Amino acid sequence: MEKVDYNYGVVKKFTMATIFWGIVGFAAGIFIALQMVFPDLNIEPYLSFGRLRPLHTSAVIFAFGGNALFATSYYVVQRTCGVRLYGDKLADFTFWGYQLFIVIAALGYVLGVTQSKEYAQPEWYADIWLTIVWVAYLVVYLMTCIKRKVPHLYVANWFYLAFIITVAVLHLGNALALPVDITGAKSYSAFAGVQSAMIQWWYAHNAVGFFLTAGFLGMMYYFVPKQANRPIYSYRLSIVHFWSLIFIYMWAGPHHLHYTSLPDWAQTLGMTFSIMLWMPSWGGMINGVMTLSGAWHKLRQDPVLQFMIVALAFYGMSTFEGPLMSIRAVNALSHYTDWTIGHVHSGALGWVGFISFGALYHLVPKLWGREKLYSAKLVSLHLWIATLGIVLYITAMWVSGIMQGLMWRSYDDLGFLEYSFVESVMAMKPFYIIRVLGGVLYLLGALVMVYNFWKTIRGDVNEKEQNLAAQGAAA
Amino acid sequence: MSDHDQEKEVDKLSGVETTGHEWDGLKELNNPLPRWWVWVFLATVVWSLWYFVVYPAWPTLSGATQGTSGYTQFKELAESQKEIVARQAAYLSRFEKASYREILSDPQLYAFAVAGGKAAFKDNCATCHGSGAQGSYGYPNLNDDDWLWGGRLSDIHTTLLHGIRVQGSYDTRQSQMPAFGKEKLLDTQEISAVVDYVMSLSGAPQKEDFETGRVVFKNQCASCHGNDGEGLHEFGAPNLRDKIWLYGGAREDVYKSVFYSRAGMMPAWGERLDENTLRQLTIFLHQLGGGEEGYEDTIN
Repeated sequence: MEKVDYNYGVVKKFTMATIFWGIVGFAAGIFIALQMVFPDLNIEPYLSFGRLRPLHTSAVIFAFGGNALFATSYYVVQRTCGVRLYGDKLADFTFWGYQLFIVIAALGYVLGVTQSKEYAQPEWYADIWLTIVWVAYLVVYLMTCIKRKVPHLYVANWFYLAFIITVAVLHLGNALALPVDITGAKSYSAFAGVQSAMIQWWYAHNAVGFFLTAGFLGMMYYFVPKQANRPIYSYRLSIVHFWSLIFIYMWAGPHHLHYTSLPDWAQTLGMTFSIMLWMPSWGGMINGVMTLSGAWHKLRQDPVLQFMIVALAFYGMSTFEGPLMSIRAVNALSHYTDWTIGHVHSGALGWVGFISFGALYHLVPKLWGREKLYSAKLVSLHLWIATLGIVLYITAMWVSGIMQGLMWRSYDDLGFLEYSFVESVMAMKPFYIIRVLGGVLYLLGALVMVYNFWKTIRGDVNEKEQNLAAQGAAA
Repeated sequence: MSDHDQEKEVDKLSGVETTGHEWDGLKELNNPLPRWWVWVFLATVVWSLWYFVVYPAWPTLSGATQGTSGYTQFKELAESQKEIVARQAAYLSRFEKASYREILSDPQLYAFAVAGGKAAFKDNCATCHGSGAQGSYGYPNLNDDDWLWGGRLSDIHTTLLHGIRVQGSYDTRQSQMPAFGKEKLLDTQEISAVVDYVMSLSGAPQKEDFETGRVVFKNQCASCHGNDGEGLHEFGAPNLRDKIWLYGGAREDVYKSVFYSRAGMMPAWGERLDENTLRQLTIFLHQLGGGEEGYEDTIN
């Protein structure tokens, strides 16, 4: 087979951006977590919690996660289609265009410009720009698939494509708005009242479904079998869980609006489709983890593979927890509490973060033409520090969330509410401190990764580990 | 590289056939769907179908399917509050008909009122008055016996019911001290003198402009605050002799109060809370420490 001249340049740029925005996003998370413990850190108006919270969520989801998806999808689509990425200049445009979007959005948040829609805060001008960039992304991706040299399209590409197309649809739907004035930032949504809420959560839940699940499953479907050097466990499972996931996810949004003015029937649909989503979600975990069957020993030796498998474990856990929380009776306790925050972070830190770290550890030596990473030991260190961080984070949020929910509903012998809201806030404090600690550990782990990449890209050789390996080989 | 025509390859480690496709060295095993996965998936589907029948589920042209259970979230709310309602019912049926005289003489009802008032206070009042009712700058401390609008049960009830300086309300507690400086009713010298005089009422040493201050006070302030500055509940005019300062007791604070005037506000809680809760709050606040004797009963 002839050697293909892959476009690694744009993948490298996106890889760097992923790492950069990851650090920014994690640090922003720690800062706002600290604001919850020490309200004096709210530096009004630019650095108040209300403005920095969307900065954090956008930085980790769209900047860190988005760049990771760009980087890996551009890498995977070339390699699995056996052709160079379509349109060098257009691909470069998606890079600079996307970074510009991130900066425009972030500036808006800090300056108080917002649509007030969760995970869709940027105003109309940023939305239009993102649409242009996203269409370019779709063109680059689709054209690469079309000119492929292999008869079939690899499963990772189905997921990436589903992610790109659906995010476009979601974005266009939810961002429909009329600017007050073409020279001003303010716009009004095309939807009002409960319709607006429903469109918003149709969007936001599917942002989780197609951005943070389907996209990263695409990543998983390439990097796990590649790193393990094993075939994917089941082709049939990949087909069935792909289509069932795509179909069912679209319906699940209303579970964010239980016990609101959303009609009962819509709540029921949201809840039941969430329950039916359980197995389609787990299909990806099964296919990932079982790919190691017969080769479990690789897991013991390879910390990069460990990252990916721990990611799948967190994926399995949060995609079980999600349907559970969508059940009305459970939601009555969990809704509006920190439990939700814990749930999101077990998915975000555990699944999205770890599968991205795993993919990055696989990518960096390949992209920069190094034989291997500078240090496998540092990968291990990153894994353990970050895992400890996640465990601290999510257990703190589980405990505080359930405690919050129970405090809000508990009443005394005479039938009066036992606690006021502010008392439940005060009870959260120790858990908020533990959360900060968890976040700090997670960031420290990521900084270890940055150091490892720095040394790898420079081409440094870790002589200690090299010697140990040589001794091992000799013995 | 090509597929179907070629004989399928078998993976050595697992002994399972591959699909024969290959991408960048990646292959796929042709394992069947895990059985348990299929069954659990089907179970969730069957459960959902059952749920569609029992609960409101699918939109129709004229609304939505109602479900055989007759469920609505409002019914569920009522159901979940049944126990609370039952616990309170025994007391409430007596409480709503009881006069202050009856409540004060019935330890059970009194305890019920205080407990209810405490819960209502924490969720409605603590935001401004503090979780211990200790107050803060601009928000009165409710533990002491210093009352702006009166500390008898019926006074407290009226203040709660109609609020203070609620716009567009006839019944609200209403009064307005003039902004003596801003509206140029007094010159700065006169203000300075009257501030010194007012401060001397609560023990500060008399200054040389004492006499000027006394005259200004008599002409401008005494009609509301009283000849000796003892205050008047009718106008919500604070007692100026007690060293309790809502907006600070430093000379410059008092100067500001005279220059710009002050006009604190409180919502009319009658618009948000029911009469039982209002009376529970009244009794709770009254027993915090400063409640005054006597009341006008509206229930006999």
